[in-house]
Amino acid sequence: MKVQRWTRTSMLFTSGTGVVALALASVPLIFDSDVVQKLTNLLILVILAAMWNALAGYGGLLSVGQQAFIGVGAYGTVFFAGLGVSPYVAMLLAMVLAGAVSVPISLFALRLRAAQFAIGMWVIAEVISILVRLDKNLGAGTGISLIQMNQYAPNFRQAYTFWMALGFAVLFLAALFFLLRSPLGASLQAIRDDEDAARSLGVRVASRKRLLFVLAGFGCGAAGVLIVANTLFIEPGSAFSVQWSAYMIFMVLVGGLGTFEGPILGAILLFAVQTIFTQGGPWYLVGLGATAALFALLLPRGLWGAIEERLGLRLMPVGYRVVTSSKQEEASA
Amino acid sequence: MSLVNAIVQGIFLGAFYAVLACGLSIMFGVMRIINLAHGDVAVLGAYLTFVVVERTGASAFVAFAVALPVMLLLGYVLQLTVLERSLKSGILTPLLATFGLSIVIQNLLLVAFSPDVRSLGGSAGAFTTASWHVTGELSISALGVLVLVVAVVVFGALQLFLSYTRPGWAMRATAEDPDAAELVGIDSRSVYARATALAVAIAALGGLFLGIRSVFDPVSGPTQLIFAFEAVVIGGMGSLWGTLLGGIALGLAQTLGAQLHPQFSVLAGHLLFLAVLVARFGGARLTLRLAR
Repeated sequence: MKVQRWTRTSMLFTSGTGVVALALASVPLIFDSDVVQKLTNLLILVILAAMWNALAGYGGLLSVGQQAFIGVGAYGTVFFAGLGVSPYVAMLLAMVLAGAVSVPISLFALRLRAAQFAIGMWVIAEVISILVRLDKNLGAGTGISLIQMNQYAPNFRQAYTFWMALGFAVLFLAALFFLLRSPLGASLQAIRDDEDAARSLGVRVASRKRLLFVLAGFGCGAAGVLIVANTLFIEPGSAFSVQWSAYMIFMVLVGGLGTFEGPILGAILLFAVQTIFTQGGPWYLVGLGATAALFALLLPRGLWGAIEERLGLRLMPVGYRVVTSSKQEEASA
Repeated sequence: MSLVNAIVQGIFLGAFYAVLACGLSIMFGVMRIINLAHGDVAVLGAYLTFVVVERTGASAFVAFAVALPVMLLLGYVLQLTVLERSLKSGILTPLLATFGLSIVIQNLLLVAFSPDVRSLGGSAGAFTTASWHVTGELSISALGVLVLVVAVVVFGALQLFLSYTRPGWAMRATAEDPDAAELVGIDSRSVYARATALAVAIAALGGLFLGIRSVFDPVSGPTQLIFAFEAVVIGGMGSLWGTLLGGIALGLAQTLGAQLHPQFSVLAGHLLFLAVLVARFGGARLTLRLAR
């Protein structure tokens, strides 16, 4: 029996993504700021989808409260910028803050299972939201602007934010990619497939889950940072909205839960849907909710899972594939 | 004396949460799943009652009696279409499917009823605003007493149903071990469908009380779900009477928290919920360590 990781297609595609990332970097030089802002949103969606998938797809942790870290990232940026540091330094600090906050939360949240974890995280997000609302320095319930960004000309500001979004997206996708390919990744995929079986084989399930949880804390914090940098205004109602979880669930379920490529595909699909239905409205959300539910019931590994199964296609290989089965070897021998 | 009043109001509020949480507790007890659309189902019940009141001019309680069979049927259909399928595929699928359902219900309500807030208070009769002033600070509202009595009756009736009727035994047997129950001729599909129908109907009762006590709008559901789930967890998941006590504990936390500062009300409830989770799951580990 022979196993391989890379195929010609996946090598071409993975190096292709590197080229795409480089090409994307030139976007602010070519397009106007409206396009740049839209594409920044797409990159934010990619980060969010990848992080939610890391939790649910590999850790079996279904969180309805990742908006807690989005809010901490966004409000952290405003808070640190208010202390007088450069807004871009404030963004990095805020992302680190979100990652740091996820450590104590993980100590207790990871003990919870299924619905307790899902709603427990939601309540934690609500608690942080209430605490922000109680703080007048953070604009209480009415929101606050990131005024320190006004020192930069709008075009440059938009370009910097885009590059930052691109950098974060590449960073977090690469981190996840190499994490999943490392020996650690094999244990993560074992947890995804069967947690109890993995534990019985000696996988340290708790510490692996903590790793994913903290990574997702950083990633969702980065997304929150980018959201406030992109819109320059934040209020608790939108930063801590459970709507973020709805978007993440939609992207990952439609794209493909537990696949590396799927959430990226899901983010692009959600972005396309948002661009088509710009006015939003309730029917659009009815469609999103119904689609997510139908995928959960009928196609649990999403579009990408179905593509993988049918075509055996792997563009960003995080696992191995059997090239020749032992039967064929016997026949050839 | 205001402290005594806060405690009395907390018990009344808690009884309301217990009614909201009852269906969630039944579904978890029988099928080990949490319906994330439970709060939206309650709000749907409130809207259905509201529509009947608008069309006929009947009292909210009469209108609810009309809405009740519709909600029972809805629960039955919900189980057979969405939940039954999701039960077969892992512990995350029911959560994902019902979360999607929650978004669908909220936005369909938005389409049908606009984002305006509604209330059933005006159509529930004069007695719902009546109250007895025991002393200057302590007042007991008729509505509070009604909700408390109804909560105790609902939980009591469920206990009698589970203890003394054949369908109740079937439900307990299925909850204990669905495969073994099948062996003695119990159809677990229909037991599950009946449990969900019951859960949805009681959620609608919670929606009725929500509408009479205060106001509701199409996106009121998630908050009700969180409160209901907190009541279930505080009381101990899988315990029916625990849910009643858990609801009352949550109500007390909220009214006592509001005594400190009006904005602490909901926060105090959340903190009690998180503290219970820490005590139950964090504490277990602590004792394990000590035992070693």
